[in-house]
Amino acid sequence: MTVAHRPTGLSDALEAVAAGALPVAGGTDLLVEDHATGRVHDAVVDVLRLPELRGIRVEDDALEVGAASTFFTIREDPLVQEHAPVLADAAATIGAWQMQSRATLGGNIANASPAGDSLPVLLALDAEVVLASRDGGERVVPYVDMHLGYRRTARRPEELIVKVRIPIRPRPHQAFRKVGTREAQAISKVVLAFCAGRDGDSLTDVRLAVGSVAATPVRLRETEALCDGRAPGPALAEEAGRAAEAEIEPIGDVRSTADYRRWVTRRLVRRLLLEAEGAP
Amino acid sequence: MTDAISFRVNGDHVSWDGGPMARLLDVLREDLRLTGSKEGCGEGECGACTVLLDGQPVCACLVPVFQVDGREVVTVEGLADGPELDAVERAFVDEGGVQCGACTPGMVVNIRALLERNPKPTRADVRDLVSGTLCRCTGYERIFRAVEVATGQRIHEGAHDDGRAS
Repeated sequence: MTVAHRPTGLSDALEAVAAGALPVAGGTDLLVEDHATGRVHDAVVDVLRLPELRGIRVEDDALEVGAASTFFTIREDPLVQEHAPVLADAAATIGAWQMQSRATLGGNIANASPAGDSLPVLLALDAEVVLASRDGGERVVPYVDMHLGYRRTARRPEELIVKVRIPIRPRPHQAFRKVGTREAQAISKVVLAFCAGRDGDSLTDVRLAVGSVAATPVRLRETEALCDGRAPGPALAEEAGRAAEAEIEPIGDVRSTADYRRWVTRRLVRRLLLEAEGAP
Repeated sequence: MTDAISFRVNGDHVSWDGGPMARLLDVLREDLRLTGSKEGCGEGECGACTVLLDGQPVCACLVPVFQVDGREVVTVEGLADGPELDAVERAFVDEGGVQCGACTPGMVVNIRALLERNPKPTRADVRDLVSGTLCRCTGYERIFRAVEVATGQRIHEGAHDDGRAS
């Protein structure tokens, strides 16, 4: 029979992980796979109730979101709504209420689906991931370095994701866009997050991150550079849409064709830059 | 390291000493014989297995029972107080919100959670928070009407529009 650990604190949890127990957070990806494959685990460890992985707070000019925060908690949290509304918007599109009640930010990161909805948001917010292990202590990985390849992250097997830190800075422009087969309960065909500052009429510190168009979420750095220092409006919208379309290399798969992904990305980028015109 | 898991289901104390990764849905249906919750997909995509876990709607097919230790589960069987239907269930029947019935247990549990949070939901609220429970029969219109009638936002007009008594 599977051994199940239910530690009350992080260090006990890290002991269990170091001994090979599989971390279980909301289980919304894990149990689907287990049910489909009939896989049985020797040992599991519950990380959902670890106090070190819970809570959302502002600390040292950063919004800290515990890895065990569910998407429902995230979408409702006043600090998230104030400092990173784009993350709240993304949380509200993940599955539906039943999924949001259980699925966690840490789980979304660790599962590392190319279509993970919170992942481009964390890229666009310049987030950092705080990891911990029994023998290695704490380690911080910038989000740009988190995804190494298809379903592979920088998390070592003996590590747990503890929290995500989002630096607080002026981001008057924040937008999340997701296109799928339905408004809810949909895996994205294209999912993107846009953040930018504003200086007079011009956009600054532009971040444009897209999921479901590569093996990992990606920043469109050429499109970002095109937008930096320019005023949002029809001209920029047209150019940036074309640039984004050219910058990605999506594949066709069961959910969408490469052409459709390119076309949708262009239109989404174009529209959000049209909407960004005028005061933020 | 695995102690017996104990929790409450519809107010009753339950103890489980089987596998910790057993799905809550299977524990409810197979062991507790609470077969109201249905397995529509086994993947958390349809909501037919929706139960309340400490008041929050979850898909029981995706909850490993060891995480239910010390917590409260409410299933469709626990919504009404006694043998009569509760107000939402009654409205579902009266308004034609039940056709084949496969989604109905999950639907009424999901709606119970919604109404605990928001006693007068708009259709937009229902779309947002009941979008995880799929219905293949009704097209949702009569489900919306059932919620509106149950919450005093619509007068019951009858399930038949041709003048027959409902």
